[in-house]
Amino acid sequence: MDNMTAAVKMRNITKRFGPVIANDKVWLDIYKGEILALLGENGSGKTTLMNMLSGIYYPDEGEILIRDTPVSIRSPKDAFALGIGMIHQHFKLVDVLTATENIVLGLKEEGRLNLDAAAEKIKAICDAYGFELDPKQKIYNMTVSQKQTVEIVKVLYRGADILILDEPTAVLTPQETDKLFTVLRNMRDDGKAIVIITHKMHEVEALSDRVAVLRHGHFVGDMLTKETNAQEMTNMMVGHPVVLNIERPEPVDPKPRIEVKNLTVRSIDGVLKLEDVSFTACSGEILGIAGISGSGQKELLEAIAGLQVVESGSISYIEDDGTREELLGKDPLAIAGMGVALSFVPEDRLGMGLVGSMDLADNMMLRSFRRGKGLFTDRKSPRALAEKIVSDLSVSTPSVSTPVRRLSGGNVQKVLVGREISSAPSVLLTAYAVRGLDINSSYTIYELINQQKAAGVAVIYVGEDLDVLLELCDKILVLCGGKVSGVIPGRGATKRKVGMMMTRLGGGEEDE
Amino acid sequence: MNKQKTPLMHISKRAALPWYISWGIRAAAIILALIVCAIITTALTGLNPLAVYGTMLEGAFGTPRKLWILGQNIAILLCISLALTPAFRMRFWNIGGEGQVLAGALATAACMILLGEKIPNWLLIIIMVGASIATGAIWGVIPAIFKAKWNTNETLFTLMMNYVATQLVAFFVIVWEVPKGSGKIGIIHQNSMAGWLPQIGSYKYLLNILIVAVICVLMYFYLNYTKHGYEISVVGESERTARYVGIKTERVIIRTMLLSGALCGVAGLLLVGGTDHTVTTTIAGGRGFTGVMVAWLAKFNPIFMIFASFLLVFLDRGAQEITTIFGLNQSFGDILTGVILFFIIGSEFFISYKLNFRKREKEVQENV
Repeated sequence: MDNMTAAVKMRNITKRFGPVIANDKVWLDIYKGEILALLGENGSGKTTLMNMLSGIYYPDEGEILIRDTPVSIRSPKDAFALGIGMIHQHFKLVDVLTATENIVLGLKEEGRLNLDAAAEKIKAICDAYGFELDPKQKIYNMTVSQKQTVEIVKVLYRGADILILDEPTAVLTPQETDKLFTVLRNMRDDGKAIVIITHKMHEVEALSDRVAVLRHGHFVGDMLTKETNAQEMTNMMVGHPVVLNIERPEPVDPKPRIEVKNLTVRSIDGVLKLEDVSFTACSGEILGIAGISGSGQKELLEAIAGLQVVESGSISYIEDDGTREELLGKDPLAIAGMGVALSFVPEDRLGMGLVGSMDLADNMMLRSFRRGKGLFTDRKSPRALAEKIVSDLSVSTPSVSTPVRRLSGGNVQKVLVGREISSAPSVLLTAYAVRGLDINSSYTIYELINQQKAAGVAVIYVGEDLDVLLELCDKILVLCGGKVSGVIPGRGATKRKVGMMMTRLGGGEEDE
Repeated sequence: MNKQKTPLMHISKRAALPWYISWGIRAAAIILALIVCAIITTALTGLNPLAVYGTMLEGAFGTPRKLWILGQNIAILLCISLALTPAFRMRFWNIGGEGQVLAGALATAACMILLGEKIPNWLLIIIMVGASIATGAIWGVIPAIFKAKWNTNETLFTLMMNYVATQLVAFFVIVWEVPKGSGKIGIIHQNSMAGWLPQIGSYKYLLNILIVAVICVLMYFYLNYTKHGYEISVVGESERTARYVGIKTERVIIRTMLLSGALCGVAGLLLVGGTDHTVTTTIAGGRGFTGVMVAWLAKFNPIFMIFASFLLVFLDRGAQEITTIFGLNQSFGDILTGVILFFIIGSEFFISYKLNFRKREKEVQENV
């Protein structure tokens, strides 16, 4: 480490939001030619710290030195002038403009705007680091990964040599992640300082040179990646030893609960989203759904929950005594009215599962408000439920009267999962239940799902982390382009096999 | 030393303030506003600002008659604001209050003119109530149906409905004008008072004020404690969430706009049947839009709306008084009103945010 020069030194940085201390006297160095992984649980202040570097927040106390010069970063513009570029989780691009137009947007250059010259320069940057990008493509025609490429090229175009990436892989497929990592390594070798915020331990191990850990706004320590391991890093993040394994008890007395037959779904513009999908989910079992994102997972869950228009097929709910009820063509209210206790943890937590501006108690009411007497809602039992969830799942919140939008991602998810399982469901649908959650919260959620399984609930678990799917699920259904590529037992399945099935129907028989 | 200076100040969000501090900030804003207004008054007119303020108070509260007019104006403005509130809570930007009031007013006038003195008065009044509520509701629900079924833009739609209503009233004023050629309807049934809403004792405006007070309390409970009120909030925040929990959003949109329009219709009824006893194209007097401001100022809380409408009506009445008494231009009253509103709305910024000023060099060194 001695032979490296510090690109950034943050000294005694403190940032408060009202009574909350997001960063408390944080002391962090970022070196040239290294990839630093910034670790910490949800709400530990990683993003806040980086936002101060990129000019979005201004520190209350402390000092930032860029290349050993004390600086004051008052706006993203100041940050750019100092060569600092941040790629946020949510992209800030104009959809109707091309990649080039987005990249030069807001830049002050002498003379007339020359888009062709800019495109040339963009091409040169892409070639230097190995990006694949068509400068003339419009943003709305791009995949998430391409949009991310535009964001990265944008900051490079502005001459950034300190890059901060906030959870860049959360939205990428494994293949796209590999590509991104190659590019990042190229940039590191070119002498740039790179900070990556992520929750995925295997990515930290695969990519970073050094890790720095924050806990509750404090800097806990840093170490070289090659000298540590996932267990040690997790313990540092959480502050006490954590057991990193997922239990998978044998299913007790599984019976068919949900039977989907020949389900076909088209989107509003007529694109085939699900084609002839058939499977059975049993009580007391976790059925995992694997697939590249956008392979029809969302449509499948929403069809079962009564939120998706279906072209053809059937979805039957089977009671313990074998009686069947058809769920298709019914809305969530009608399904509940039939006595089917169906819980759904949707992918879009604050846009669908919860109302961000309402407090915890009012969000509990979403499921129960109709139970009040006459015209009025019952406000006491939702409040009691919210209090129970806060204490049972150790949700960190000032009170149950706090708007859920103010909670961190992990706590939002606990509130949502807590509400959905509180109604003693017989079917539990979850979509990306741990997306964006830190490792400790993730294991809490796995534990909750396992408890539901033990209680005889039929769990359908849509996941993106293959390692977890393989450890948690009793059966794994693999979707590929809206079709069922196969259903395999979770025990004994390999990542390689599932990965193959995700990209090719049936999983590539030529290998066998 | 090439150290850059820290910025002179930066803005950060405050923690929730205790109520007495936030109200203190608001009070300070009003005092500041009065000081600024005093300076403007002296600079522009050379008048003694205290005399001007005294006249403003006089104009609003000076005599029992003025007090009653103040109360009546508050009641009508509050009624319209309350009518708009459920729609706004649903994020349905109903700026068609003006048209909905006019529609209710026109229906009331039509009943009075066509049925007055022909059927018993109690029956006439019942028909008037039903007709004004129904017409206001229809005016409100048309944009709602289009929004629910085809997701049209409700802001444009409700706004356009205002012009339709104005033109309809203009048309019927000519049809019913008295005397012919005057272009006005004049007081309807001045002698028989057929269709005039009953007067409580000798207080001409008391009934209006009581009706609106009841609506205000009911609206508070409706929005905060009923299933409908809860559904409105959920639909407003996220239609996807509403569908996810089985709320039928189309039905909620239509139902809420029926209510919103119906209450605007009631405002029309109170104006025509309760006070003016005639109808003109300007009978709503822009209060369909002022109501939007009242609702926002009060953050859609019916109880706070009483204060917000009081403030706006008081400023309006006071400004009128000073322009007549001191012979000032109408715009002068508007300037004072504008300054006061600017400070009151501006104070909300200081309640949510605080400014951090750069510490003096000395302090910084001490800290180091």
